[in-house]
Amino acid sequence: MAEALVLKHITKTFPHPSTPVRAVDDVTLTVNENEFFALLGPSGCGKSSLLRLVAGLEQADAGEILLSGQDITSLPANKRPVNTVFQSYALFPHLTVADNVAFGLRMQGKSNIGGAVIDALKLVQMESLADRMPAQLSGGQQQRVALARALVNRPKLVLLDESLSALDYKLRREMQGELKRLQRETGITFILVTHDQDEALSMADRVAVMDKGKIAQVATPPEIYHRPASRYVAGFVGLCNFVPATALGISEPGEVGFRPEDVSFRTSGIAGQVTQIAYRGPVTHYIIQLDSGEEIIVASPRNDAAVPGARVNVNIDRGRLIRCAT
Amino acid sequence: MRNVKPLYLLSPFFIVIGVFFVMPLALIAVYSFLQPGEYGGVEWHFSWDAYTRLLFERDFDGKLTFNAGYLIIFMRSLMLAGTCTILCLLAGFPIAYHMATRPERHRGIWVLLITIPFWTNLLVRTYAWMLILRDEGLVNGLLQHVGLISQPLPLMYTPFAVGIGLLYSYLPFMVLPLYATLERFDWRLVEAAQDLYADRGQTLRRVIIPISIPGILAGCMLVFIPSIGSFLASDLLGGGKQMMIGNLIQMQFGFSRDWPLGSALSVVVMAIVMLGLMLIARKGEGTGGLV
Repeated sequence: MAEALVLKHITKTFPHPSTPVRAVDDVTLTVNENEFFALLGPSGCGKSSLLRLVAGLEQADAGEILLSGQDITSLPANKRPVNTVFQSYALFPHLTVADNVAFGLRMQGKSNIGGAVIDALKLVQMESLADRMPAQLSGGQQQRVALARALVNRPKLVLLDESLSALDYKLRREMQGELKRLQRETGITFILVTHDQDEALSMADRVAVMDKGKIAQVATPPEIYHRPASRYVAGFVGLCNFVPATALGISEPGEVGFRPEDVSFRTSGIAGQVTQIAYRGPVTHYIIQLDSGEEIIVASPRNDAAVPGARVNVNIDRGRLIRCAT
Repeated sequence: MRNVKPLYLLSPFFIVIGVFFVMPLALIAVYSFLQPGEYGGVEWHFSWDAYTRLLFERDFDGKLTFNAGYLIIFMRSLMLAGTCTILCLLAGFPIAYHMATRPERHRGIWVLLITIPFWTNLLVRTYAWMLILRDEGLVNGLLQHVGLISQPLPLMYTPFAVGIGLLYSYLPFMVLPLYATLERFDWRLVEAAQDLYADRGQTLRRVIIPISIPGILAGCMLVFIPSIGSFLASDLLGGGKQMMIGNLIQMQFGFSRDWPLGSALSVVVMAIVMLGLMLIARKGEGTGGLV
């Protein structure tokens, strides 16, 4: 597979009165062509800074950025064939929807752009609102216009900066599906920045989990979930129980991890007591204090498996144990 | 009691508006339709005469002939006010832009600096410009001292001096509304423009300026309106070679003792300004209702 974007040892430090903040710390990363890539991490982990470096809105202190093999490290934002869908959408308030979408093409001096603009608006099902002003649109509609405004330029890369986080839950689900469809239809490489692990796991072909300016792991969503490289990754992409291996009757040093859904109630096995129950809809979480002292979470599709205070026995799927060094 | 609209609560508003805005203007409007008193003041006989005399001259035998004198003064004042507005906009926009892009804690200082000239009377400040521009003044003295020129440049009593004076007097009125608009500007839009292939010039022309139109219009109004009636700069720095509307009106209430003519001139100036404002308001409908 061809490489759309290659980052080599990218570092960015922001000046700060007391201590300079190293937002991006020696990041090396490859994004393939036609890939839906997600940068996942908590706020302040440097994922948005990394995106701004790729867009050209910030300049890296060190490192190299290659776009389709070309070095674009020193190119300003307006010379990079990369378009961003901003978190705030940043639609131009004085221009109609159609003029917003046409902006990028006009700035490149292209003529006969009417057809391309209509096509882009059709792609996001906004052609009927082409003459509206941004202030007359709902959040979801503004999001679609922002997408069309990026896609119409047929860039090598579309960057989505927490683009869905301002939408309510139902609309976000809808737009997630929509984004997937658009990425498949256009064949453009998408990089999505998000702090929502569900979003990253459900949409991306590959996910990079970031921690304090560094890449913690890059892998496909199932790999990230089932074979996390560190406790940090395991904890960030879902709930994970960590207990000493000996508590599970395994004779090895250190701790092992397992997901709540990989534990099941049995008539015999590891014994403990239910301390708390949390109903979650499709599953119910039972918090169980093992007799060895550790507290674990068990997820079960049944909501009547036990009552608080009950003595239970659980079995852990040995094939799904997570072993990570740190 | 909910249904009773206590209109009397609005009375302070009506009193202030009435005393300070409506009454003086109404007085001027009424005076413009009266006849001049022999020794100043007015005589209470209705007459169109003041308005007729704006464009026509009355011969000894009472025949009217067209006289463009006042019209020329009007046009000259409008031109001067227009030039002043454009100069202020050209100089004020970069200043306001600079102020609005400073760190937030520095902006207050900049606003203070811009308003410092208001602490002193305009007449005094215009005299100061005479000291700067005259033959033995600061500019000529400095240039001669450095040896760039041997003879003093004729700076005083030129259109250049009038321009400088007007620009100086009205620049703060342009900068402050522009600053107020640019300070609220969403700079993420500039990033969006750059991301969409716009260079610096295109970003300024296609994004920053169009979105700042309400501030630009407000600034232009605040400069244009008072500068129509201004005469200090043209009197002191231009040598009073050319009469302005302001001079003319002042003269009617002074030694010409022709209050109706002065009032008629004032009413016409007001009408012109009002017409301009209405045009701007109609054009500015889509700009957020600031104008």
